[in-house]
Amino acid sequence: MIDSTPHAVAAEIAVDAARTDRSVERNVVYVYEAPVRLWHWINALAILVLGLTGYFIGSATPTVSGEASDNFLFGYIRFAHFAAGYVLAVSFLLRVYWAFMGNPHAKQIFFVPVWRRSWWGEVLHEIRWYAFLIDQPKKYVGHNPLAQLTMFFMYTVTVLFMIVTGFALYGEGAGHDSWQYKLFGWVFSIWPNSQDVHTWHHLGLWIIVTFAIVHIYVAIREDIMSRQSIISSMISGEREFRD
Amino acid sequence: MSAATETYYSVIRRQGITRRSFHKFCSLTATSLGLGPLAASRIANALETRPRVPVIWMHGLECTCCSESFIRSAHPLVKDAVLSMISLDYDDTIMAAAGHQAEAILEETRAKHKGKYLLAVEGNPPLNEGGMFCIDGGKPFVEKLRMMAEDAMAIIAWGACASWGCVQAAKPNPTQATPIDKVITNKPIIKVPGCPPIAEVMTGVVTFITTFGKLPELDRQGRPKMFYSQRIHDKCYRRPHFDAGQFVEKWDDEGARKGYCLYKMGCKGPTTYNACSTVRWNGGVSFPIQSGHGCIGCSEDGFWDKGSFYDRLTNIKQFGIEKNADQIGVAAAGAVGAAVAAHAAVTAVKRLASKREDAAKDH
Repeated sequence: MIDSTPHAVAAEIAVDAARTDRSVERNVVYVYEAPVRLWHWINALAILVLGLTGYFIGSATPTVSGEASDNFLFGYIRFAHFAAGYVLAVSFLLRVYWAFMGNPHAKQIFFVPVWRRSWWGEVLHEIRWYAFLIDQPKKYVGHNPLAQLTMFFMYTVTVLFMIVTGFALYGEGAGHDSWQYKLFGWVFSIWPNSQDVHTWHHLGLWIIVTFAIVHIYVAIREDIMSRQSIISSMISGEREFRD
Repeated sequence: MSAATETYYSVIRRQGITRRSFHKFCSLTATSLGLGPLAASRIANALETRPRVPVIWMHGLECTCCSESFIRSAHPLVKDAVLSMISLDYDDTIMAAAGHQAEAILEETRAKHKGKYLLAVEGNPPLNEGGMFCIDGGKPFVEKLRMMAEDAMAIIAWGACASWGCVQAAKPNPTQATPIDKVITNKPIIKVPGCPPIAEVMTGVVTFITTFGKLPELDRQGRPKMFYSQRIHDKCYRRPHFDAGQFVEKWDDEGARKGYCLYKMGCKGPTTYNACSTVRWNGGVSFPIQSGHGCIGCSEDGFWDKGSFYDRLTNIKQFGIEKNADQIGVAAAGAVGAAVAAHAAVTAVKRLASKREDAAKDH
């Protein structure tokens, strides 16, 4: 799908270099289009809200004093969780749409070519890079294959699972005649006791927390170590190759 | 067994009940079922014209708590249900007949009311060792169940045992106790879960079937929607404390005395579908949460195998040792965090080393 050979990367840089509207000459490729960048930050914010409120929903807050009618703390926490859940779900749908409409890089997190032998070779190469066995990493315009693999399983699949189980659980409160229950109620055919759905939904939180740790660490590390921009790319959309 | 042609009304009158009392009963039933204003007269009409439904009540692996609950029904009174509404032809726990005489009723009902009788099953059949862990009348219970299910109109699965398996099916389930719907697959099955189910829910289901001559609408899990479509939590009178964020933290704290939400004490109300918070127990006197104890989720599948009733987050058995989602999550995130820190440290050291090398080369 995405040609990531050094030759292809060089060719893309060459195309960019041919542009004359730049005052400083840099090796830059336009990777992340505006909708992807916007989605990334909205999504990050939604996950932050969902994770925090979700943890409190799971473990409950310390008791507040006073009359019940004067307080609505848990109600607000749950409202924030549901609102952020809708934001996450809608932006995820738009992101799926953009996978079809956007550039080839937009498809990467939805698509893992596990059947391709050469792709696995590159995954191995990346693992060796992270194991300090290689001095220089390969250059990729989009995600490297290991990042793609992690993105797909720890982010895309997990978030999809969270959206489905989240709406199923929401449907319980909304009632069995709600569209949420009609659309996602089948989850309770897999786990008849909704307590289990709660538990799996809760485990999903920790997968995403783990993913966030790895994701942020690797983004910072690669930005420093692999001589290409990572963090600023998600703001400007451009990947700069620094040598 | 002339009961087959007798109507409910004639049975009621035969017992010396006046027509006035009969209508009172109909109104009360309609009210307790939450039906519309016309329902009382429809119930009366049905009881006057329809023959009583023959019911065979069988007991597999169970504790008889369903029967104990059933006989305490207040609206309608169980005597009305048993003596007037249905024709309870067989119930080996409470019937007068015994031995061969009792067992003969089964064959008789099968022949006489083929496809017309209700099979109420309390408990479930163990399937291991050919079903020999529950012998009833000299035969494995599972054989008796299959035989009577063959010609039944429908099956009512009373309680958590018949619906889900309950404690006798707890891991590792040595007798292979199996819920009814896994054994009988070709008949409509109404699950009335609970350990036991609420008395009024039980008689309510029976009243519905005898009144309307059809089975109640069931949800995805096969439970009557009219009693199991909402969670305890949705109608709990302590719900305002949940929304406010007021929780009982310990059994003897101020919150417990003030009747705060039992969420943190492991109340399973938010995941339990039952009518306890509306119908309540013992003629509407109380229900567990009202008595200060969390719901244990006894009408839910697998409630017996989820660890402590007092934990908010339940155990996950798939991880070998029993752990809850937070313990697993913190361990995983912690391990990854530590790995990241170590990786970063190694990276920094290597980078520093290579810089020194470069500097040495320059000199």
